[in-house]
Amino acid sequence: MNRQRLRGLVRKEFLQILRDPSAIAIAFVLPVFLLLLFGYGVSLDAHHVPLAVVVDQPTAQTSNFIGGLQQSDFFDPRHYPTIGAARTALMQRQVTGIVWLRGDFSRDMLAGKTAPVAVWVDGVDANNANILLGYLQGMWQNWLQLQADQAGQPLAIPVVAESRIWFNPALRSRDFLVPGLIAVIMTLIGALLTALVVAREWERGTMEALMASPVTMGEILLGKLVPYFVLGMGGMLLSVAMAVWLFAVPLVGSFWLLLACSALFLLVALGMGLLISTLAKNQFVAAQVAVIVTFLPAFILSGFIFDIHSMPAVVQFLTHIVAARYYVAILQTLFLAGNVWPVVLTNSAALALMALIFFGIARRKSRKRLD
Amino acid sequence: MWARVVALVIKEFLAVLRDAASRTVLIGPPLIQLMVFGYAASFDLNHIPYAVYNQDSGYAARQLLARFSGSPNFQQVATIRNDAQIAPLINDKDALLVLHIGQHFTRDLLTQKPARLQIIIDGRDSNTAALALNDVSGILLDFNQQWAAAHSQRGPPAQLVMRAWFNPNLRSRWFIVPGIVALLTLVVTLLVTGLSVAREREMGTFDQLLVTPMRPLEILIGKAVPGFVIGGLEGGFIALMAVLWFHVPFVGSVAALALGMFFFLLAAIGIGLMISSLAVTQQQGLLGVFLFLVPAIILSGFATPIANMPEAVQLLTYINPMRYFLIIVRGVFLEGSTIPMLWSQYAPLALIGLVSMSAAAWLFRHRMA
Repeated sequence: MNRQRLRGLVRKEFLQILRDPSAIAIAFVLPVFLLLLFGYGVSLDAHHVPLAVVVDQPTAQTSNFIGGLQQSDFFDPRHYPTIGAARTALMQRQVTGIVWLRGDFSRDMLAGKTAPVAVWVDGVDANNANILLGYLQGMWQNWLQLQADQAGQPLAIPVVAESRIWFNPALRSRDFLVPGLIAVIMTLIGALLTALVVAREWERGTMEALMASPVTMGEILLGKLVPYFVLGMGGMLLSVAMAVWLFAVPLVGSFWLLLACSALFLLVALGMGLLISTLAKNQFVAAQVAVIVTFLPAFILSGFIFDIHSMPAVVQFLTHIVAARYYVAILQTLFLAGNVWPVVLTNSAALALMALIFFGIARRKSRKRLD
Repeated sequence: MWARVVALVIKEFLAVLRDAASRTVLIGPPLIQLMVFGYAASFDLNHIPYAVYNQDSGYAARQLLARFSGSPNFQQVATIRNDAQIAPLINDKDALLVLHIGQHFTRDLLTQKPARLQIIIDGRDSNTAALALNDVSGILLDFNQQWAAAHSQRGPPAQLVMRAWFNPNLRSRWFIVPGIVALLTLVVTLLVTGLSVAREREMGTFDQLLVTPMRPLEILIGKAVPGFVIGGLEGGFIALMAVLWFHVPFVGSVAALALGMFFFLLAAIGIGLMISSLAVTQQQGLLGVFLFLVPAIILSGFATPIANMPEAVQLLTYINPMRYFLIIVRGVFLEGSTIPMLWSQYAPLALIGLVSMSAAAWLFRHRMA
């Protein structure tokens, strides 16, 4: 390794970045754009869910029950005169669910029987339907409590659930999505930045010129890596700043630990891009492989949005080769829970191992040879 | 004119398919993704790891806990004896939740005082936490009903009887897999068309194409047909797999889906060609494809509902072809939608296709590197 030659290569790479601003766009414009997009666009918190309410015979009891719906911020109750009209509205996607109080609701209640309340939801979006049903159950329990308090009786439910939610008591989905997003974005940036750089040299024929010079292959790879690492860390800092200041996600753990883990992850992402680029030798193929093996797995297999525990065993096994998985765990923990060393250390070790493997293969596969 | 177009189409197919690597890229990964994502992309929880902290020696506590250990959704990972053991379990992500039953649980139940089940849950992943809490209250609901019936206690004054339409067991796979049909069709189509003009520009062959007698319309058709054929074939195949492999019910009409696919491809190819003709290098083309693809997926309702987004962002989704195609695909698969019911989705797709194609044709001549 020759310092002077390396410095020359790094300088060349920086010049190339400055000349074609798309790399700078990837490092700085992309994170801002993506964070804004995801931060505002991705939310699992339903609010003002349009809900059809059908009351066959309005009485004091029914308006009492419906009152709970109207006060809640989750629902936007709309009254329909008949159940038929409400069904049509559900079919036409004007409402997401129906709450139907039948004619005998008050009679049953006053007679001390349990009055059934029919609840129908549109199940196409199963997750949303589940959340909606959860909200409705919560509302129903509040109503029961209120009824019991008014009658001066104990609650007529044998066991009451009392939940304490740690780290994110309000269950704000943004607080867990934004840290996860940083992982998705960093995967994208890291891989996209380097995916094309070696392939470009091959395609333009400049790789042969480089080979004819005295630089070693290790120096070429390192020369590619250093500038993009600097760019990537810049993008990372920008993302963290936005998460904390724009989206008000609490950063409970240590900033420096976050920075160290991010540097490690960026190495993995860059290594992945470099490897793709080395193997592909063709920008078209490199670009497609980069999209397919980085962004989509980071989005779906990292635990960023879909729970890894619930996946089939084979797929769970596959998630171990998705680097974003480890980084997502670190980010969610550092942001919301704090410096939980067992989580941070095991995941960092996995990242370090992946970085070694990627660079090892990239180094082995790039020979000063023309095939 | 047609002879020229046919020749160009053949050349475009060759450009995409000649290279073994790019051939593989277009066929292998989408199929692998379908399989992996079809199984992975699910909000349904199972094997929720939980720990038990039971301070009550009565039988009621054991009965309640037996319901959790018997449920396929829950998997017990630890039994703990004191408060200090809770934090490490949750912090290290060994357990998602701890069920804590206090000393007087059985006594309270038997004396008809409300007994308390405390649930300590990891809120880092708020969606999983919310869904797990739903599952816990489902088990509790059953337990309460049986307990009240068995001990002839008065039931609650009202009870929710819940049912889901179109997807009675609320399987999120039924929601996600049709979405993947749309997702992968879009990805493949954009990859085929998004770099096609940029590649020629970078190599300098696009200038040669422009000085031939070909008109922009002919170039447009020549560039669009491969995307149409490849995107259509893959989309159709993935839709078939959704039915045959993932057993997602298909209750609507095939014609409605095919027509939707046609308009969706039109829009996707138009956008791909527009991006491609704006780009001067392949890297810029790729960046452009990304800058379109990512928001198109996020703001489509693929994973999270459009209704949860802020108003301004919701307006933005109206220019997203994915949004309309997702409604078509899910409608046809799950709700039994037919062509007349879907015109309100076809029309915007056709419009997006028309506008973007015209823009691409105009850019062919007017954007010179």
